[in-house]
Amino acid sequence: MATIQPIAGELEPHPDVALVDRVRGGDVSAYDELVRKYDRQIFRIAQHITQNREDAEDVMQDAFLKAYEKLDQFQGNSKFYTWLVRIAVNESLMRLRKRRTGRMVSIDEDVETEEGSVPRDLADWAPDPEQNYNQAELAEILRKTIQGLPQGFRIVFVLRDVEGLSTEETAETLGLSIPAVKSRLLRARLQLRERLSRYFRRNKVGEK
Amino acid sequence: MTCSQFLALLDDLIDDSVTPELRAGLQQHLRGCEHCEVILNTTRKTIEIYRSHEIYDLPAGLRERLHAAIMARCKKGC
Repeated sequence: MATIQPIAGELEPHPDVALVDRVRGGDVSAYDELVRKYDRQIFRIAQHITQNREDAEDVMQDAFLKAYEKLDQFQGNSKFYTWLVRIAVNESLMRLRKRRTGRMVSIDEDVETEEGSVPRDLADWAPDPEQNYNQAELAEILRKTIQGLPQGFRIVFVLRDVEGLSTEETAETLGLSIPAVKSRLLRARLQLRERLSRYFRRNKVGEK
Repeated sequence: MTCSQFLALLDDLIDDSVTPELRAGLQQHLRGCEHCEVILNTTRKTIEIYRSHEIYDLPAGLRERLHAAIMARCKKGC
């Protein structure tokens, strides 16, 4: 017999709400659950921004500690995860500023470039092109390629396409307008596509 | 529809946020434009590859160490 399912997500409170309430009530083990749930994502975001493993380790610790300290300020009108990501992005940018003393570091860095906004490489890719490389080679190609993107494009691509935030959540997290997020996302996707084409185009099969 | 117009709507098509009328127009362009078809398919593949491959993994040992450090400080009230 068919049963009526509630519409997923929208009407039910997010499971994090209960965990956050438990932490606020003094249950530290609930925070343990939140850390385990999101540590990989936070570490990944920190690595993408700082491009340094030690910095990413520090950012991950600092972000979770800061979120714990500031939990009373968490309003609950955004998701806990989005709020946590915003803290991690800010911590990552602060860490970069420390490394590059005297240089401004912001998510607006280098976004004026027109590079890659008009596709030039129009060759089709091999079917399942990633299978022409082993795991380590592929990870290196993907790392090198995304590291070459301007910071302001890279963060938008990572939050939106890798971590699965919505356009609105990405805009809120980064303090950007929705049109700015959309414009950066399109250019990030096109630049990555263009750069990956070197490795994945059909006539390059077998060449590494 | 020109290739530039198609490109301006590429993200909306990939993210499935186009009206049925617009989708029909985009699909009509695709039927006659091999280049835009390649751009659409390879851009989709780009996103899929980045989404499905872990390029910055967090090894179990490091994860446990960081986790223990965070929780120890939380228990002390940070």
